[in-house]
Amino acid sequence: MQKLKAWLWLSAGVLIWVLSTHGHSESRWNMTEGVTEISRSVYRLHMLIFWVCVGIGIIVFGIMIYSMLMHRKSRGVQAANFHESTLVEIIWTVVPFAILIAMAIPAARTLAQIYERGPAEVTIEIVGYQWKWQYRYVSDTNDAKVAYFSTLATPPEQIANKVAKDENYLLEVSEPLVIPTNQRVRLLITSNDVIHSWWVPALGVKKDAIPGIVNESWTKVEQAGLYRGQCAELCGKDHGFMPIVVDVREPEEFQTWLAAKQDDARKMAELTNKTWTLTELVDRGEKVYGQFCVACHQANGMGVEGAFPALKGSAVATGDINKHIAIILNGVNGTAMQAFGKQLSEVDLAAVVTYERNAWGNNMGDMVAPLDIVKFKSGQQE
Amino acid sequence: MTAISHEHDHHEEHHGPAKGLTRWLFTTNHKDIGTLYLWFSFSMFLLGGTFALVIRAELFQPGLQLVQPEFFNQMTTMHGLIMVFGAVMPAFVGLANWMIPMMIGAPDMALPRMNNLSFWILPFAFAMLASTLFMEGGAPNFGWTFYAPLSTTYAPPSVTYFIFAIHIMGASSIMGAINIIATIFNLRAPGMTFMKMPLFVWTWLITAYLLIAVMPVLAGVVTMMLMDIHFGTSFFNAAGGGSPVLFQHVFWFFGHPEVYIMILPAFGVVSAIIPAFARKPLFGYTSMVYATASIAFLSFIVWAHHMFTVGIPLVGELFFMYATMLIAVPTGVKVFNWVATMFRGSMTFETPMLFACAFVILFTIGGFSGLMLAIAPADFQYHDTYFVVAHFHYVLVPGAVFSIMAATYYWLPKWTGHMYDETLGKVHFWLSFIGVNITFFPQHFVGLAGMPRRIPDYNLQFADFNMISSMGAFLFGISQLVFLLVVFKCVFSGEKAPAKPWEGAEGLEWTVPSPAPYHTFTTPPKVDGGH
Repeated sequence: MQKLKAWLWLSAGVLIWVLSTHGHSESRWNMTEGVTEISRSVYRLHMLIFWVCVGIGIIVFGIMIYSMLMHRKSRGVQAANFHESTLVEIIWTVVPFAILIAMAIPAARTLAQIYERGPAEVTIEIVGYQWKWQYRYVSDTNDAKVAYFSTLATPPEQIANKVAKDENYLLEVSEPLVIPTNQRVRLLITSNDVIHSWWVPALGVKKDAIPGIVNESWTKVEQAGLYRGQCAELCGKDHGFMPIVVDVREPEEFQTWLAAKQDDARKMAELTNKTWTLTELVDRGEKVYGQFCVACHQANGMGVEGAFPALKGSAVATGDINKHIAIILNGVNGTAMQAFGKQLSEVDLAAVVTYERNAWGNNMGDMVAPLDIVKFKSGQQE
Repeated sequence: MTAISHEHDHHEEHHGPAKGLTRWLFTTNHKDIGTLYLWFSFSMFLLGGTFALVIRAELFQPGLQLVQPEFFNQMTTMHGLIMVFGAVMPAFVGLANWMIPMMIGAPDMALPRMNNLSFWILPFAFAMLASTLFMEGGAPNFGWTFYAPLSTTYAPPSVTYFIFAIHIMGASSIMGAINIIATIFNLRAPGMTFMKMPLFVWTWLITAYLLIAVMPVLAGVVTMMLMDIHFGTSFFNAAGGGSPVLFQHVFWFFGHPEVYIMILPAFGVVSAIIPAFARKPLFGYTSMVYATASIAFLSFIVWAHHMFTVGIPLVGELFFMYATMLIAVPTGVKVFNWVATMFRGSMTFETPMLFACAFVILFTIGGFSGLMLAIAPADFQYHDTYFVVAHFHYVLVPGAVFSIMAATYYWLPKWTGHMYDETLGKVHFWLSFIGVNITFFPQHFVGLAGMPRRIPDYNLQFADFNMISSMGAFLFGISQLVFLLVVFKCVFSGEKAPAKPWEGAEGLEWTVPSPAPYHTFTTPPKVDGGH
């Protein structure tokens, strides 16, 4: 008994110590309440079931541990011989059943809330890609579509343990999803390749992004701020490096941001439609090349022997122009050559193709206009 | 019946086993095959465990240290596949082979040659699966659930070998199940009615039906994958008119009953051990049988609770939520019955009982988190996080695996004729018990705090719990070497075991000498009285 008491004190001490050191940031231990009505009711549901389980656990384990301590052969106890009691067995079938019904009611209510459909102020299409998210603002009133990719922004040096890690290690993105506060935002979630899952715990939203299916969800966030999440479905090599950041702003700020974005999109549309000259394209293409291609193919177009092919004088950059476009748009399977068709604008795609055909003494003299890329893409879709 | 008398004639000609390697290659003896299954399962347990330790070593600290994400995914996939199909399932089949004939008073399994075949195709299946690690493009890297289209359109070429390996494992399981059903139906000793069968036999009978029902579904789903990959069909390819969600429906129609395949025999084991060491009959035998059958039935209608986030309609979510919650009722009945068996018993705590008690407590904790996961709205937050990892490891490690260990300690004297080293057994138990909890309990916390599963690297807020979890995993892993030592010592030395080494043990297996003779029950024993 003395020993038992000592153990009890010791475990109580450990428990208090653990709670006091970690108690201040509950998110390390438990689900957070989040910032939407739904995330809060999910949290309440979670805690309700948790405490029900704890209660049942205390009763069952209590009786079990009591028996294990008191009904031991070493204490000279003789075993009883009962092995049946219809009444008891009925009770412990019916009582849990009643508890389940009590839990099922609030659960069904919350579920119905999540599934409630209604008109939304903002609609956003979310498309999962290996391994990035695309956000497209769907709107009937504007011809200029706002769409952009959101990728991991944590530097590779941090992942490789070469430099110190930031507080939001692996949870930073190049460009967050921006939504307004206190407005219903409808989310249409789909995928371009494999199944991903769009999950932001504070919003209480997790929905799979599945190719060929558009899933619908919604959120209404009450507090402005940055909320972070991650892809929650194994989607290949970089599954762990596919964070989600939602930047929730006051409605006016959101409108300003959206207007600026729409303006950019409109300018881009104008650029696509304008008549380009070879020199303009080459100049722009050089910049695009410097940003996206230079790491592998090198500034002198010579590539890296044995790893990345040279472009200078290559069959691709001096051969059939359509093949060249196709490779840049679709990538090359099984190699490091990515598909840039959806990452870059038509203008940039046209520019970089033109640049590659006219740099480093390739001097093909031909060019691809942004509108050619548009045509090429629609031809591929058919 | 003629088959049985034929067996008898056969047995009288030679009583001992053949010598050398051929004994094991060509054996049709249920005890030899049981032993083969158990050793195979243990070696797979160590292999799958090593893969788990690679995972935990990488997750010891944030950042990428040891392996690349690609290899990390291969490790998670291989760990899951090997533990499910290579460790847990064959271990239970091994126990069934050893114990079911002895428990029902049969001379052997009903279909001994098929028994040999169903074991010997397994090493080939797993050799093929393991060989994918050395193939160009690497091993399967899409998780043990191998969701399409990641496993079809985007998979490494080795996926074809994986499919073939799965087919072989499935064939082995189905043959094993047919054999068990045939044995239980035809070879029970006179007087052994169904309601007098030991619960281990009952749970295995029900499990065998589950296997026959769902293994073909698994075979179907991998065949559909094969067609998609090599023959231009589009079952799971949206661009060709198929649906990736179809894959999940078919997979989980197999996958959910599968998780009960891995736990029902454990219920049987624990229902044998607790009464033996409480020196009191099992409480509620009849309700145990009905509860097992209800769990098996319910397991077929709850598969979509693995898919709450794929976007099924509200009514669908409600149905699957309610059906899933219902499983808590028969499972609760089982737990309450075990506790009632202990209550007012006269308990001793030899190693099998320690494992059985730990089973009841820790499996129940896994059951609680399972109930939490059943609540669909909450599942939106839990799904695909470490909370799920913690949940299914609680039911599979201190659940299924602990019950296998309990069974091994309980029947080891019968198998080897020697008592195992009780002190070492207890050391093994306590190290495993502590290791398992240090490993998996903190995973509840990181899961609730938002750490997705199957990621090779994580945010800093998850660092401390992951480190604790990894340390626990290494402790648990290393302590299994103690188990190996105990079994080795017991096979080759140790005090001579009496026919019934446990005071409160019940059942026909204890009526034969230890070690059990190579051929038992050449004349069927008579059964009367209770179960």
